[in-house]
Amino acid sequence: MKKMMFSALLVSLLAACGSQPTKEAAKAPEQKAAAAAATKPVAVNPLNDPNNILSHRSVYYDFDKSIVKDEYKPMVKAHSEYLVGHASAKVQLQGNCDERGSREYNLALGQRRADSVKKLMEAAGVSGAQVSTVSYGSEKPRAAGHNEEAWAQNRRTDIVYQSE
Amino acid sequence: MKKFASCIALLFCVFCRPAVAALSIEIVGGGENQIPIAVVPFESDAPGVSSVIAADLARCGMFKMIDPGSDQTHDIAQVSFPGWKTKGADALVIGGIYPAAGGQFEVRFRLLDVAKQVQLAGFSYTVSKDQFRLTAHRIADVIYQQMTGDQGIFSTKIAYILKREKRFELQVADADGYGAQAVVSVASPIISPAWSPDGSKIAYVSFEQGKAVVYVQDLLSGKRHVVANYRGSNSAPAWSPDGKDIAFTLSRDGHSRIHIVNEAGGNPRLVEASPGISTEPSFSPDGQQIIFTSDRGGSPQIYRIAVSGGPAERLTFEGTYNVSPHYSPDGKSFIYLERNSGHFNVAEQDFATGQSQLLTDEDLDQSPTFAPNGKLILYASIYGGRGILAVVSTDGRIKQRLTMQSGDIREPAWGPFVK
Repeated sequence: MKKMMFSALLVSLLAACGSQPTKEAAKAPEQKAAAAAATKPVAVNPLNDPNNILSHRSVYYDFDKSIVKDEYKPMVKAHSEYLVGHASAKVQLQGNCDERGSREYNLALGQRRADSVKKLMEAAGVSGAQVSTVSYGSEKPRAAGHNEEAWAQNRRTDIVYQSE
Repeated sequence: MKKFASCIALLFCVFCRPAVAALSIEIVGGGENQIPIAVVPFESDAPGVSSVIAADLARCGMFKMIDPGSDQTHDIAQVSFPGWKTKGADALVIGGIYPAAGGQFEVRFRLLDVAKQVQLAGFSYTVSKDQFRLTAHRIADVIYQQMTGDQGIFSTKIAYILKREKRFELQVADADGYGAQAVVSVASPIISPAWSPDGSKIAYVSFEQGKAVVYVQDLLSGKRHVVANYRGSNSAPAWSPDGKDIAFTLSRDGHSRIHIVNEAGGNPRLVEASPGISTEPSFSPDGQQIIFTSDRGGSPQIYRIAVSGGPAERLTFEGTYNVSPHYSPDGKSFIYLERNSGHFNVAEQDFATGQSQLLTDEDLDQSPTFAPNGKLILYASIYGGRGILAVVSTDGRIKQRLTMQSGDIREPAWGPFVK
């Protein structure tokens, strides 16, 4: 899934970087379809540019914690600035937990994780109307294993832009 | 622990969906002081009623099954008590199945005390042929109660969630895993099934609307209704003992807090304007108290509060992670999940003494639920990389594993006694 998204991104970048994207896309109708599905504008979308911090979307946590660690603060700040500059953009913050312990406590903890990112965004001047939160608890794991490697992947808040 | 494991491959009933795999049960431990009992195959027992009774008794761990050999005693007058004493049986079960009026059948059984040479119990049931399994479970319940003094749970039901690929099913099965039926099947997660006290409904949390919403499913009509779908997460439903109200967790004001709402709907009442997370309510049997999980003290612990409100009292103090509490049916103790050196296990704590006992020893146990007689605890675990259910006795000695041929099973809820 991740791989597929990445290749779709590459295709869209190739299409976007071309001097005559329309013509190039016409030569490769399959690529055009993939590009259209990934990004609508012809210009590089900073949200999807792998070289832009805005393409980073996940805040990761320690077990039973909801504090946003310092290493993720620049990324949250960049999204906050983008949202301040794009008043019509909206994000949903999706809180997640690893599978261990109580599913119901994890649902509450996931909400708190999403709220922790929302608070940082609001402190950076983002309108509350642009940010919604939801918790999936431990019900939508990104990694399927029953080990720390998988659990670390699953303790996170995802920043998901509307229309994504 | 003495291992007398046996594996029972279970069939499954004709009205199940063909895609539903059977649960199979493996007993992985045995209790001490087991009562030696023999079940003689019943007369004209083509439906296998006596083998279901024997399997129930063997599975619960309270009995040592004595092989009846080729014995074919069906009549009390023909019982050779000294012979059974030699075989080591303290108790003996005999019976038969006979045609009755209207295409029905009469199932007769007697439970006999071998030493005293007297009948302890004897009943006759007139049933249709689709009631043979239920009748066998009811007979096993009578035998269990007569021999142990506690009410049997063999005729009760269990509910659980089966996850197979992208689908989630709320299933209901007999306590021995037979007859599994999907009552809800959706393409998004379901958690936290909770039986109504009369066993006619199940409340649960579904994410099919993109977030947690509490539904109640009527098992007879197959209809369901939304109980709580307010802003934020709506989850952790628990029925009041009178079946009228549902306590649940709502995060609408930015805090996960316990509310109570009428099962039919209406305005939810906040139980406590608590700091931090409060969730997983469980009503005391008298309906006056709620125990729940809260991290108001810095780590998740178990607390108790009066349903009418007032201060919350902390109940657990050892460790930094105690969650998922459930009142015992007699209200004298509660079970919960505790984290111990990275392991998550089921424990039981006595209200009067405050003493707790660890009951399980796997790595990732979860979601414990009491059998209605309070003698067994059903919980979820990971075994062989898959979600399974397991049963442990409250003394920790007897264990069973229930596994599916495919998929993960989790989130068990043991149903009430059926009248």
